[in-house]
Amino acid sequence: MDRDQLTESLTKIKNELIKVEKTVDSRLYLVCESLNAHKVSNFIFKTLGCRFVTATAIDSFHYYEVLYHFSHDQTGTVLTVKALIRDRENPSIESIAQFIPGAQWIEREMHDLMGIEFRNHPDMRRLILADDWPQGVYPLRKKTKDEKVS
Amino acid sequence: MEFFQLTIDGEIVTDIDVRLSYNHRGMEKIAESLQFDQIPFLVSRICGICSASHPLAYVQAVEELAGITPPDRALYVRTIINELERIHSHILWVGLAGHFIGYDTVFMWAWKYREPVLDLLEEITGNRNNYGNVKIGGCREDIPDEIKPKIIAELDKIATKMEMLTKAILDDPVLHARLKGIGVLKKEDAINYCVTGPTARASGVDIDVRRDDPYAAYSMLNWNVITQPQGDVFAKAVVRLLETFESIKIVKEALVKLPKGPVAIEVKEIPAGEGCGRAEAPRGETFHYVRSDGGNRPVRHKMRAPSYVNVPSFKASCLGGNIADVTITLAAVDPCYSCTERLAVVNDRNGKILHDYETLLKLSREKTEKIKKELL
Amino acid sequence: MSLSAKAVKKSPWVFHVNTGACNNCDIEIVDLLTPRFDVERFGIKLVGSPRHADALLVTGVVTAQAAPRLKKVYNQTAKPCVVFAIGACACGTGIFHTGYHVVGPVDKIIKEIDPNAIIAYVPGCPPKPEAIISGVVKALSIL
Repeated sequence: MDRDQLTESLTKIKNELIKVEKTVDSRLYLVCESLNAHKVSNFIFKTLGCRFVTATAIDSFHYYEVLYHFSHDQTGTVLTVKALIRDRENPSIESIAQFIPGAQWIEREMHDLMGIEFRNHPDMRRLILADDWPQGVYPLRKKTKDEKVS
Repeated sequence: MEFFQLTIDGEIVTDIDVRLSYNHRGMEKIAESLQFDQIPFLVSRICGICSASHPLAYVQAVEELAGITPPDRALYVRTIINELERIHSHILWVGLAGHFIGYDTVFMWAWKYREPVLDLLEEITGNRNNYGNVKIGGCREDIPDEIKPKIIAELDKIATKMEMLTKAILDDPVLHARLKGIGVLKKEDAINYCVTGPTARASGVDIDVRRDDPYAAYSMLNWNVITQPQGDVFAKAVVRLLETFESIKIVKEALVKLPKGPVAIEVKEIPAGEGCGRAEAPRGETFHYVRSDGGNRPVRHKMRAPSYVNVPSFKASCLGGNIADVTITLAAVDPCYSCTERLAVVNDRNGKILHDYETLLKLSREKTEKIKKELL
Repeated sequence: MSLSAKAVKKSPWVFHVNTGACNNCDIEIVDLLTPRFDVERFGIKLVGSPRHADALLVTGVVTAQAAPRLKKVYNQTAKPCVVFAIGACACGTGIFHTGYHVVGPVDKIIKEIDPNAIIAYVPGCPPKPEAIISGVVKALSIL
């Protein structure tokens, strides 16, 4: 499948997307509401056969974002599903680790560092912070001060 | 550094888990307080032996975001430094793998032949590791023409030694018996765990960032992607050994084709936007995502090292195997050296901690001895 | 000089501890065993347990998770022992000093349990194997 066919195939999920942004030819950003991210990611992984690379959680003040980065290795394109989580009090999103074992660790890490809940994650445990790190302190959130553990 | 915990039933591994956190230094948060041109020095220290790949992936992310194209000479210099790193990293791995199965001569030998590569890197960039040679817009240092013949001469010497070593490994019946069929990562598991690099290529997954999403000068040079279908530890060794020769080829061609001109362009500002940069590190794909709001520092910088996706695949490759094979199976994905140092084994039935790293290493070497006696 | 200190000086057995390092210093330490540097000819040996060690080679910034382990290893090491902080991270946390998960450097953590600990510093990023050997020899000749 070449890049044009790849872009064309995205019309199958156009109802789930708010918009598709292209910064350069090989980088596509699929913006969607957090509710639809699960279905979009499933389409990209299973139907398009893309490889899951990693995920980035971002505190964007008005909402949280979870960016799921996928690679379409045949064309060298990076497709990023940009899921917007508008509930800042209890940010949560359906886990994609249910069908991508390779996403288990990064969702645990985003939970540790950004405090986002990943619903139905097969193994949600602390991953990256120390055993004695206080609960409820999420270092990557913008409003948290840079406090050292003492 | 990680803390692995195995659960066993007799001699068979029934479960495996890992406790991370020992190495977590909070780099992504630190990056938000640094300026764009300070960050290459930070990310170089994510992992010691991928210290050329991380800054390159980061710098490419920012160059994509800002629409900057470095000069051609910079692309070639970046390629040369990164391939030299791949050569010494793969040789390092061969040595460690030898150590884990009891071939200590291989360990000493491989690490001795790594040294000339480190000397070359020190002569070009000023440091044996943590080169600090990339910046946004190009490279900090050039490769002077006078040093080219020396690089080629050293690489020719290393190629000869590596040919001997590769032949010895590929022909050794004890190594065949010890490593074939061990720690198999099936292709479907390689895809589900999203592994990259030699770990993926040794399971028949034909991916390589240098070819799939070309960067630096790779699309302008002639080289091959090495894959093997078996997915076992032997296949991973073969991939790394053959890749070393491809890297030597790439460096020699790049030195010949090195274009004249500046090695960097001046960059004044980074506009608002986002970019993804990736590089094929010795262990696999490093991925960096950078978002800017037009200021001096990134709003968000995501860094992903290849071991992050390769190490969890132990769930698929270790389960059902013998505890004597655990150290070499874990080492086969080439995590950072200190990773396999901390191993604890728990017996399934009563939860007692039975073995430690020293014992597992001993079991691994004893198995090799046993095979040697049976075959010779 | 006491008898045990003399023994330490003659052929120190060292135990390596990683408290959150990028592995460069660790690889340079293992490099000491390889043919070019070959520290074993000086009697310096890398041992597998702190109980057999005269000196600790500590790398890394000391992360929150690694700090308890470092203290445990120090307590297990027979005294007198020298703690070598190898690398910029171990000497003073280097570029990671603002990290939320960083509680080091090494001397701060060791002095919490033993204010009279003997600590030697070998800076560098990473320090070259020659620098590590030089640092170890220099420290031991002073003691």
